[in-house]
Amino acid sequence: MNDQNARREFVITWIIKLSGYSSILFVCLIFFFLLREGLPALVDTSLASLFGTRWYPIENYFGILPLVLGSLVVTLGALLISVPLGLITAIYISEVASRWEKEILKPLIELLAGLPSVVLGFLGILVLVPFLRRFLDLPTGLTALAGSILLGLIAIPTIVSISEDALNSVPHSYREASLALGATRWQTIWRSTLPAARSGVLTAIMLGVGRAIGETMAVMMVTGNAPVMPQGLQALFRPVRTMTATIASEMGEVANGSPHYHVLFFIGIVLFVFSLVVNITASSISNQRRKRSERLLS
Amino acid sequence: MKSLGQLLSPNQTENLGFFILRLICIVTALPIIAMVLYILVRGMPAISWTFLTAMPSNGMRAGGIFPAIVGTFYLTLGTAIFSVPLGVAAAVYLAEYAPDNRWTQLIRIAIINLSGIPSVVYGLFGLGLFVLFLHFGTSILSASLTLSIMTLPVIISTTEEALRSVPFSFRLVSISLGTTRWQTIWRIILPEALPGILTGVILGLERAAGETAPILFTGASFYLPRLPNSPLDATMALPYHLFVISTQVPGMPILIQYGTVLVLLVFVVMMNLAATVIRSRARARRQW
Repeated sequence: MNDQNARREFVITWIIKLSGYSSILFVCLIFFFLLREGLPALVDTSLASLFGTRWYPIENYFGILPLVLGSLVVTLGALLISVPLGLITAIYISEVASRWEKEILKPLIELLAGLPSVVLGFLGILVLVPFLRRFLDLPTGLTALAGSILLGLIAIPTIVSISEDALNSVPHSYREASLALGATRWQTIWRSTLPAARSGVLTAIMLGVGRAIGETMAVMMVTGNAPVMPQGLQALFRPVRTMTATIASEMGEVANGSPHYHVLFFIGIVLFVFSLVVNITASSISNQRRKRSERLLS
Repeated sequence: MKSLGQLLSPNQTENLGFFILRLICIVTALPIIAMVLYILVRGMPAISWTFLTAMPSNGMRAGGIFPAIVGTFYLTLGTAIFSVPLGVAAAVYLAEYAPDNRWTQLIRIAIINLSGIPSVVYGLFGLGLFVLFLHFGTSILSASLTLSIMTLPVIISTTEEALRSVPFSFRLVSISLGTTRWQTIWRIILPEALPGILTGVILGLERAAGETAPILFTGASFYLPRLPNSPLDATMALPYHLFVISTQVPGMPILIQYGTVLVLLVFVVMMNLAATVIRSRARARRQW
């Protein structure tokens, strides 16, 4: 009986341990399969043409630069929208809002986080795009700007929830000390609480960037899918094509093993590495913060 | 020239400042409310019994969206089958077993990275591993497995948090009564943490149910006017169907599009609501 118990305990412990380590396995598997299908792109086309400025797969032009820049333009636009809105919403929820205001705002932000990106893309096509075309008098509303607005909405919940956490984790004594010195709540927010939470806010923005650059469907539906080099500020008002949208829209039509197929996987590697860098940076920022606050409190 | 700060007293600045913050919050919140209401109002007229239970016909321009609803249900179920046991077990390891060493740190970094990988990259991975390498084909199985791995980090992190919120004294009491570690986890800690785990699971599955990019090349079918026969069949799914009818099919009646988006929205909001209710009820009942 006892022996049986011990054996069962042993087996279960191993199962749990393996499950625990499975995440490492999955990250490695993902990277391995991306490399396996994507690296042959370097054989099919030269490195110079891979980082060229022309994406026209039918004639074997696989320059991914316009796609990379397209992603960056759209993401930058999204940040201009989501950082101020998200950060201020987080500050308001954490520092100013009354109970009932919180009860309304928090579920709304959660609802936004749960909206599938196709739903946003759909509303983008039917409402936002025609509006932009008429309002800004553009030849087409399918622009980087439309993508930025939708991505801004998609990144807001990430930014709000993580910066709110960061603000909430600022010790109460900071605020009390500031108020006791005669500062108003307004001054306390900007001069004590927010500076104390700044690494958390930075993490929030980083993760917002990661969320925005990896988003696919909404962007694909409203940015007009034109793989051209974005130029200057006007690029916001022209159609673009992001890396994610290129993979999603072209993968269905390529033959497995063709150069085009490999290049699409190569773009996947670029996205993977990018998200790796963003996430490791973000988590090391918040780790530093934890270490520092542990030092302060001890 | 005086700056605004010198013109107003600190209290006036504060009032003005809070007023502006409040306005900006409204700017953030209004589009969310507007979107949901808009979909409700425009989608309601499309909803009928036939719309929900009939096969699409006439190249999807008529009939219902039944196979897409069933498909999304299957995919969500398939995702749950793989990701819930694995995710909960991984969280148990992190919360109850894992020593505080480099390997555990590596696991945490892996989880953070999994949660950050773009959904379309999961689609590529699923295509490479499940569809082509393991020969599962474009199928519910491939798509569910792909979605499962994408959902894992959400389930692991929320479950771990739920497990950690069970007071340490519970473990002490149980162990002191002579139970093994696993008996303590299975009989005491998991049941106590159940509401928190459920909330995390539902939120993770909600995200999986709404995703399009990971299933694009792993299991979604453009048009399949019948129900899938086996897990190795491709399937229609609500999010992909919405994408198809709003961008790929010319002459698509707008009413069907609005109806589809409403059904998808209801699907997602119901899951969201369920998670919220479970969480708040558990919070109200909790006595420690």
